[in-house]
Amino acid sequence: MKILVCISTVPDTTTKIKFTENNSNFDTTGVQWIINPWDELALTRALQMKEDPSMSIESITVATVGSALTEPTIRKALAIGADNAIRINTEPVDAYYTAGQIAHQVRQKNFDIIMCGIESSDHNGSSVGGMIAEFLEIPSVSAVSSLKVENNCINVTRDIDGGREELTVQVPFVAIVQKGIAKEPRIPAMRGIMMARQKPLEMVQPVEMPVMTTNAGYETIPAKAPCKMIDPGDIRLLVQLLQNEARVI
Amino acid sequence: MSVLVFTENWDGKFKKLSFELVTYAADLAGLLGTTVTAVSLGKVEKDELQKLSVYGASRIIEIVDNALLTLDNQIYTNILGDTAEKEQASVLILSNNSTGKAIAPRLGVRLKAGIVSGVIGLPVSVDPFIVRKKVFSGKAIARMEIKSPLKILMLAQNSYELKKAERQAVIETLKSELPAGSAKTLVNKVEKQAGKIILTDAEIVVSGGRGMKSPSNWGPLEELAGVLGAALACSRPVSDEGWRPHEEHTGQTGKIIAPNLYMAFGISGAIQHLAGVSSSKVIVAINNDKNAPIFEAADYGVVGDAMKVIPELIKEIRTVKGQ
Repeated sequence: MKILVCISTVPDTTTKIKFTENNSNFDTTGVQWIINPWDELALTRALQMKEDPSMSIESITVATVGSALTEPTIRKALAIGADNAIRINTEPVDAYYTAGQIAHQVRQKNFDIIMCGIESSDHNGSSVGGMIAEFLEIPSVSAVSSLKVENNCINVTRDIDGGREELTVQVPFVAIVQKGIAKEPRIPAMRGIMMARQKPLEMVQPVEMPVMTTNAGYETIPAKAPCKMIDPGDIRLLVQLLQNEARVI
Repeated sequence: MSVLVFTENWDGKFKKLSFELVTYAADLAGLLGTTVTAVSLGKVEKDELQKLSVYGASRIIEIVDNALLTLDNQIYTNILGDTAEKEQASVLILSNNSTGKAIAPRLGVRLKAGIVSGVIGLPVSVDPFIVRKKVFSGKAIARMEIKSPLKILMLAQNSYELKKAERQAVIETLKSELPAGSAKTLVNKVEKQAGKIILTDAEIVVSGGRGMKSPSNWGPLEELAGVLGAALACSRPVSDEGWRPHEEHTGQTGKIIAPNLYMAFGISGAIQHLAGVSSSKVIVAINNDKNAPIFEAADYGVVGDAMKVIPELIKEIRTVKGQ
């Protein structure tokens, strides 16, 4: 079985978000780029699956839609264990355009399990995974917190409101993964970094695809009023404030 | 040219988020000079369906089929997609909850429609069609323009005030034309805790971090949650250590919530945690470190030992609630 993990390159979580040209563009000055944390969880799970011989995972490919600036994150994915990578050389303008590009690659290369993080920490769109599945007319399971191959069956667990469901799915399918799928992401070791340099990173040109949404500017979030501090000996006051001032209890 | 809203049900019942969606749809329909049609999939009693009209639905289409008892993303997409086409909807609205996230993107491709997820209010303009959403995990807001004729919006939970319109809606029951056995996903087992307050629905959330020191200290937090009718949450280290189940993890890679009141006990407030809770209307922080970053995000703060403050809180809240 062949796994494709879709990864997106996002600003490091601690990045201070600033905009240029009257809030029309994201200011990338000094930004550290990382693998989107959910995509990293997907990759971690894919690696665990490949290490388990009973799951018969043949290869793990990572795919990203982005310019050459995304290559360091792709190399990191290779360094922690992906076998090869595809970079679709264009900006990920919107979810529809991005998903269309990845779907095209899946059609060419026949993957069985396509894994995507449930959202990206920059645009928080939660859309690419489901869109890839619909472009390919294959099943998708969202909010996946466990994924296993057992006796050639794909068994997944998805979180639902107030509980979870266990499902069996036919391949090919898209697993849109979230918290629980894997714990700690892996850190590349020196040997992995050396090996990653030799691993195939294929650069392909985009296909024609419409764009459905565009960004019409940003707004910054206004600063909060300072926190009202309450003496630990006067919890009655806190409860009164919550009841009468904030009116939330 | 109507506004179509998908109102999911939970064991035949709607909840607050369903009514938020319909209220939002009605206000949007007002801006566009059209009306709201709600679509309900699966068995719901007529008087429950009529509740949607109270918030502004003029028509309700219910589609009942055994295949709709579990969520197969392709089946839901096909049925909702067919309905949107038949109704010539101009806007399709879903919740930004797990079901919405599972099917809206598929609908976007099927209907060649632009999607904006996590929408936080009415459009700032309808021509061009521009809506606002939080981006960068809550650190900024983006204005998104949808260029396609049909627009799909996923409304953020607890982001729109309920408003009653007191209409009577026409209910149309449609038979689905699903071929038997068309689901490609097969649900083998469902585990559900009855009566549990769902974290993403909860109006009050009580949350514990590493400062709670041990999983055995959760008893008082559970009691406090019980007194407040709150859901329980936790920070990432607590869930990674296995002190609490991963469903309770609130923060960047966990649940993103927007309750009216979020109470953080022993949580330092790492930026990843704040990304999941910063949309809460009121944040209360209890932490023994006065320099903890959580106090920068909080509205009310107590520098103190959570284990001492919690019993006091339970006592005082019981008093004001007359329990």
